[in-house]
Amino acid sequence: MTHWIIAPIILPALLAPFIVLAARYHIGIQRVFSVVGVLALITIAAGLAWNTSDGSILLYQLSDWAAPFGIVLVGDRLSTLMVLLTAVLALFVLLYAIGSGWDDRGRHFHALFQFQLMGIMGAFLTGDLFNLFVFFEVLLIASYGLMIHAGGNARLRAGVQYVLFNLIGSTLFLFALGSIYAETGTLNMADLANRVQLIGPKETTGIRVASVLLLLVFAIKAALVPLHFWLPSSYAEAPAPVAALFAIMTKVGAYAIIRVYTMIFHPGLEVTSGLFDLWLLPAALVSLAIGMTGVLAARSLDRLVAYSIIGSMGMVMVAISLFNPAGIAAALYYIVHSTLAGATLFLISDLVRTGRGNLDLIPQPAMAGTALTAGLFFAGAIAMSGLPPLSGFLGKLLVLEAAYATNLMVWIWAIVLGSSLVSILGFARAGSVLFWKSHSVELGEELPERTAPAMLSYVAVGGLVTLLALHTVFAGQVHKYTTTMAVQLFAPEPYIATVVETPGKLSKPKEDH
Amino acid sequence: MSLFIIVALPFFGALLPGVMNAAGRAACAGVTLMVSLAAFLGLLTNLPALLAGEVVTARVDWMPTLGLNFTLMLDGLGFFFAFLILGIGLLIISYARHYLSRDDHMGEFFTYLLLFQGAMVGIVLSDNILLLLVFWELTSLSSFLLIGYWKHLPEGRQGARMALAVTGMGGLAMIAGMLILGQIVGSYDLSVILQNREAIQADPMYVPALILILLGCFTKSAQFPFHFWLPHAMAAPTPVSAYLHSATMVKAGIFLMARMWPVLSGTPEWFAIVTTAGLVTMVLGALIALFKHDLKALLAFSTVSHLGLITMLLGTGTAFGAMAAVFHILNHATFKAALFMSAGIIDHEAHSRDIRRLGGLRRLMPVTFAIATLAALSMAGIPLLNGFLSKEMMLEEANHTVLFGSYWLVPVLATFGALLSAAYSFRLIGHTFLGPVRDDYPSAPHDPGPGMWLPPAFLVVPVVVIGVAPFLAEPFVRLVTASVLGEAAALPDAHLKIWHGLVPALYMSVIAVVGGLLLMGVFKPLLRVWETAPRPEAKVIFESIVDASVATARGLVLTLHNGAFTRYASITVLAILGLGYHAWSTGTLSAPTREMQAAGAVPIAGLLMLVAATVGLVVLHRNRFLALIFIGIVGLMVSIGFVFLSAPDLAMTQFTVEVVTIILMLLALNFLPKTTPVESSALRHMRDAGLALAGGLAAFSLAFHFMMRDAVAIPISEFHLANSYKGGGGTNVVNVILVDFRGFDTYGEIIVLGIAALLIFALTETLLGGPVRARLLNRNPDQPRAGNMHPTMMVVLTRVMMPVVLMVGFYIFLRGHNEPGGGFIAGLVVSIAVVMQYMASGFHWASDRLRYPYHGVIGAGVLVAGFTGIGSWFVSKPFLTSDFTYVRIPPFEKFELATAALFDVGVLLAVVGAVMLSLESFSRLARRSDMQESEYPMDIDPSRAGLPSQDADAVRTEE
Repeated sequence: MTHWIIAPIILPALLAPFIVLAARYHIGIQRVFSVVGVLALITIAAGLAWNTSDGSILLYQLSDWAAPFGIVLVGDRLSTLMVLLTAVLALFVLLYAIGSGWDDRGRHFHALFQFQLMGIMGAFLTGDLFNLFVFFEVLLIASYGLMIHAGGNARLRAGVQYVLFNLIGSTLFLFALGSIYAETGTLNMADLANRVQLIGPKETTGIRVASVLLLLVFAIKAALVPLHFWLPSSYAEAPAPVAALFAIMTKVGAYAIIRVYTMIFHPGLEVTSGLFDLWLLPAALVSLAIGMTGVLAARSLDRLVAYSIIGSMGMVMVAISLFNPAGIAAALYYIVHSTLAGATLFLISDLVRTGRGNLDLIPQPAMAGTALTAGLFFAGAIAMSGLPPLSGFLGKLLVLEAAYATNLMVWIWAIVLGSSLVSILGFARAGSVLFWKSHSVELGEELPERTAPAMLSYVAVGGLVTLLALHTVFAGQVHKYTTTMAVQLFAPEPYIATVVETPGKLSKPKEDH
Repeated sequence: MSLFIIVALPFFGALLPGVMNAAGRAACAGVTLMVSLAAFLGLLTNLPALLAGEVVTARVDWMPTLGLNFTLMLDGLGFFFAFLILGIGLLIISYARHYLSRDDHMGEFFTYLLLFQGAMVGIVLSDNILLLLVFWELTSLSSFLLIGYWKHLPEGRQGARMALAVTGMGGLAMIAGMLILGQIVGSYDLSVILQNREAIQADPMYVPALILILLGCFTKSAQFPFHFWLPHAMAAPTPVSAYLHSATMVKAGIFLMARMWPVLSGTPEWFAIVTTAGLVTMVLGALIALFKHDLKALLAFSTVSHLGLITMLLGTGTAFGAMAAVFHILNHATFKAALFMSAGIIDHEAHSRDIRRLGGLRRLMPVTFAIATLAALSMAGIPLLNGFLSKEMMLEEANHTVLFGSYWLVPVLATFGALLSAAYSFRLIGHTFLGPVRDDYPSAPHDPGPGMWLPPAFLVVPVVVIGVAPFLAEPFVRLVTASVLGEAAALPDAHLKIWHGLVPALYMSVIAVVGGLLLMGVFKPLLRVWETAPRPEAKVIFESIVDASVATARGLVLTLHNGAFTRYASITVLAILGLGYHAWSTGTLSAPTREMQAAGAVPIAGLLMLVAATVGLVVLHRNRFLALIFIGIVGLMVSIGFVFLSAPDLAMTQFTVEVVTIILMLLALNFLPKTTPVESSALRHMRDAGLALAGGLAAFSLAFHFMMRDAVAIPISEFHLANSYKGGGGTNVVNVILVDFRGFDTYGEIIVLGIAALLIFALTETLLGGPVRARLLNRNPDQPRAGNMHPTMMVVLTRVMMPVVLMVGFYIFLRGHNEPGGGFIAGLVVSIAVVMQYMASGFHWASDRLRYPYHGVIGAGVLVAGFTGIGSWFVSKPFLTSDFTYVRIPPFEKFELATAALFDVGVLLAVVGAVMLSLESFSRLARRSDMQESEYPMDIDPSRAGLPSQDADAVRTEE
C-alpha cells in the first residue's frame, strides 16, 4: 500500500496548520517550511507523474471504502501533470513572494498559501464530484484569503465581488450535484460514467440540465465569457504573487471540464447531445476575442494582464471544445504554457510596480531596474500573444491545426489569429509607454515611491521564463505526451474499471457484480 | 560548416555584444563582426557542394507530432539570400561602429542586429514552412526593437509599432496560409511541398492559402496597399534602414514568393494578384519617391518601388521573369544599401537629410559623391552599371506580359515606372551633390573617415563590375534561378548581356532615361502641383485606425466591465437560466415515477412562515437589525424542516450554526449603520425581481422534477445504510458518513472553516492598523449604549451554565457515532458555552483567562484530524481508515472505541477554534483605546470591596 498519491494533499494540509500552530509569529520559519514543503511537493509530483506516464492508473480509496461508496483519489497522466505543474508554479511564486516581501505584508500568507495548494491538488486528484466541490471550497476560501492579503480598499472591494461571485458558483455547483445525484444516485465520476449510460432516451431532461449546470460551474472557474466577470478586478487587485498563483486556478476549471466532459458526458453520449457542443465553442471564441480586446483597451498593466488571462483561457476553451483528441492534446500543451505565461506576466507587472510606483499606462520617468524588467516583459508579452519563439506560438499552431476542417474552422482561425494581432498591438503599446516613452519624459517633482526589485524576484521571474523556454524547446516531447494523455482521456475504460472494480472494505466478492 | 551552426551563430552571438559593451565600442563591434564573419565563412564552406549540384540539408526533430521540425536546406536561392544577409551584414556592422554616437548603447544595438540576422538566415535556410514562420515572426520582433532603438524619438516608437502591426498582421495571415498548404500536402517540409504543384493548385483551398501567404509576403515586402509602413520605419538609425529596409528584411517577402514560386505561381489568381500589386507598387512608390525631400524617405519609397518591380517579375510566372527578378534582387541590394549608407554619411556629417537644405556637396564630400552617384545612376538604369541590365530584362518581360487582356498596360506602366525611377535618381544626385556650394548647412560637411565610406564603396564595386561584365554574374544568377524554378519550369535560354540589339526594351529604356531627365527640368512646377494635390497620409490613417480600435476596444470592454456587481450577477444568472432552459426544453420527459405526498396543515404553516420571512427579508432588508431577525426565522424554519424530514443531525447542526451565526452577525452589525441606503432605481428593482423570480422558478422546477423521480440505479446511500454498523461501527449513518465513509470531505470542510477564521483574523488585523479603524472608532453610535455592560445576573448565569453546556457538548460528542450528534455539533455547542462568557464579562476579561490561542486550537484541530488519518498508514490502510473495538471498564457498560472518534476530536477543535477566532477578531476591532477595560467579570459586584458603582459611572461619563 503506497500513499504517495495523497501526499500532495496531505503535505500542505499538515504544513499549514503547523505553521499556524507553531510559527505564526516567525516569518523566517514560515518561509523555510513553505519552501521546503513546495520542494517536497515537486519531488512527489514528479514521482507521481513518472509513475503514471506509462498509462497506469493510481487509485487511492480513502477510509478504505471502495468507489462509489467512499471517496477515491485517482492519478492518471492528466491529473499528475496538473499536480506537477501546480507544484512547480508554486515554487517560483513562493520565491517571488519571499523576494519581494509580499508574504510579510499581512498575516498568515504561508498558511493560506499551503491551504491553497492543498485545495488545488485535491481538485486535480479527486475522483469524486462532491469531493471536488469540497476542494473547490478549500481553494476558494484560501484564495479569497490570499487575494485580500495585505488589505487596502480597492483590494477588499474586489475581494467582496470575488467571493460573492464564487458563492453563485458554489450554489450552482450544489444544484448541479443534487441534480446529478437525484438522477443517477452516485457522485463518483467513474461510476457516473457508467450510470449515465443507463438513462434512456425518453427521460433526458434531468441529466441534460444537470450536465449543463455542472459545465457552467466549471466555466465560471475557467472564466468563460459571460461568466468571467469575477476575474479582471480580482486578479488585478490581488497581490502579484497571488495573482500569479491564480494562473493555475482558472486551469482547475479547464481541467474539470476536460475530465468530466470526456469521461462522463462525452461527445458521443446521446442523452446530452446538442448542448455544449452547440454553444461552448462560440462562447470560447467570444472569450478569446473579449480577453485580447481587453489587452488593447486596458489602462493599466495589471488589468491588461488580467484580460490576457481571459483571452488565454478562451484559447484553452476553444481547443477543449473541439472535443477531439487533437484538440485536447493542444489544449493541454496550451494550458501549461498559459499558466506559466500568465504567472510570469503578473510577476513582471509587480516588478514594474516596484520600480515605478504604479501601473498606469501613461508615460512616466524611467523606472528603477528598467533594462532587465523590459527584457522580461518583452519575453512575457511574446509568450502571451503567441509569437515565436516561445511556446504560445506552438500552442497556437496546435490549436489551429486541430481546428482544421471542423465546422467552425473559418471562425476559429479568424478569431485566433485576429485576437493574436490585437494582443500584439496591446502589448506593444503598453511596452512602448512603460519602457520607451519614459525616455522622453522629464523628471517631475513628485515621484511615486520607487525601488529596484530584489534579486530573488528577478530569479523567480527568470525561472518562469526559463520554464517557458524549456516548454518550447521540448515541445516535441511535451506534445507527444499530451497526445498520449488525450488518447487516454478518450478511452477512459481502464480508468473507470480501475475505480469501480477495485474492492475495498466490505466489498462483495466480484462474482456478484 | 553545419547549417545549424550558421543559423545558431548569430543567435548565440547576440549574447556577446551586451557582455562586451563595457569593454568599449571597438571591442563590442569587433565581437559582433567576428560572429557575423564566422557565419559568413561557414556559409562559404558550403559553396563547393552547392556548385556540384547538391542541396545541403540538416535535420533535427522538434515537434514531429505537429510536423514542425528543425530542418534546414541550402540550395542556390537560400545561398544567394544568406550571402546577401551575412555579407551586407558585415559591411553594416563596420559602418554602424562609426555611425553610432557615444550616447547610443552599442551593445543593445548589436544584440538586436544579430538577433535579426539570425532570424533572416533562418528564414532563407528553413526547409520547414512552420520553422520558417518562426523565423519570420522573429524578424518582425527584432526589427521592432531595431526601429524603436532610439527610444526617445516618438517617430521611432510609432514607426516600430506600425511596422510590427502591419508585418505582424501579415505574419498571422501567413500562419493560416502555411497551415492550409501543409494540410493540403500532408507535410510542412518545403522539399515535399515543392513536389506537389498539381495537388496544391487543384485543391479548393489553394486560393485562400495563396491569398493568405501573399498577405504575409506583401506586408513584409511593403507591397501596395501595405507599403506605408516602410518609410516610417526609416526613423531607425541608418544602418538599420540600410540593412533591414533595403537589403534584407523587406526582401523576405520576395524570397518567399520566389521560394514558393514552383508551386504557387502560374495560376491566373497568382498572376492577377502578384503582377497587379507589383505594378501598382512600382509606379506609386516611384511617384511618391520623386517628391520626397528627406533622403531616407526618398530611398525608402524607391525601395518600395523596386520591390514592386521584383514582385511584378515574379508575378508573371515565366522562367525569364524569375531570372530577371533574381538578377534585380542582387543588383538592388548592392546599389540600394550603398545609397542608404551614403545618405547616412550625409546625415552624419551635414546633420541634415533634407534635400532642400543640401546641394553642392560634390566638392565638399567627393568620395561620398562618387559612391552615391554610381549607385544612383545604377538605380536610374544607366548602361554599364548593373541596374541597367536587370531593368532591361524587366522591360523585356513587361513587353510580353498581358494583364487583364491588355497588351499595352504592363509595358506602358513599366516604362513609366522606370521613367520615374530615373527621375528621382537624377534628383538625388542633382539636388544633393550638384549645384552651388551653400553656406547654410547645419554643420560643415566633409567626407567621413574610411570606416564609414569603405562599406558603401565596397558595394559599389559589384555595381560597376557586373554592369561592365555581366557574364561574370551569369553562372551565379543561373544557379539561383534554377533553384527558384525547381521542377516547375526549365531554365530560360537567356544570357546577361549589355547589348541585346535594337529590341523594344532598349527603346523603352531610352524613353525612361530621357523622360526622367525631362521630368527633372519641370520638377519645380510639378512639385507645386504635387504639394497642392490632396493625398491620403498613411500615417494619419493608420494612427486613426489604431486610435479608433483602441477607443472601440475601450468602449466595448471597459463599458462591459464597469465594476457593478449587480450587472455581473445578472448577466451570469441570465446565462445560467438561459442555457439551463435550453437544456430543459430540448430534453424528453416521461411520467413521474413517484406519487405526490399529502401535505399536513403543520408543514404548510411552516412553509408559509418560511416564505413570509423570506419576503419580509427582501422587503425590509434595509433595516439591518430586522433583516437579521428574518434570517434567524428562516434558519429556524429550515431546522424544523429538517426535523420534519427525519434528519435530526442536520437539524441540530443547523440550529447551532444559526445561533453562532446570529451572534457573529450581531457583532458585525455593531460596526454598520442601522440601515442601508437605496442605491438602485425602481426599474432596476423590477429587473432584479424578475430575475430572482425566474431563478426561483427554475430552482423549484428542477427540485420538483427530481423529487418526483427515482434515480436510474440504486443510490449509494443504500450501501451506507446497510453497512454503517457493520463497517463503520456506528448506528448513526449520518455521523458514520461524516467521519468514515466520506471523512475526507469532512476533513476538507473543517479546513475551510479554519481558513475562514484565519481570514477574518487577517482581515481585521489589516484593518486595525489602517484608516478604516480610525473611521470606525470615530463614528457616533446611532443607539445609546447600555449603562451596565456586564450585568451581574448574566455573568452569574453564564458561569453556572458553562459546565452544563460543556457537559452537553461532551455528551453530544460521545453519542455522535450512534445517535444524532458528533464533533461538529459538539464543537458549536462548546463554542456557545465560551461565547456566553465573552458576552457576559467582556472581551478583555475573557481573553485574559484564555490559555490557548485560537489560532493554535484551529491548527491543532486540523493536525489531530490529519494525524488520525495518517495513523491508518501504520497498519497499511489508506488515509482515514477507521477501526473500532468494544471495551469494558468495570463500573460501566461495554462501550465502543472508534478511531473515528479521534478524528471527531479534530473536527471539534477546529470548529471551536474557528468560531472563537472569528469572534475574537470582531471584538478586537471594537476595542477602543480610550475604553476603560474592566478587569472584573461584572460591573457591579456586591462582593467586591470599594465602590463599584463609581467605576460604572466613570465608564459612562467617558463615553
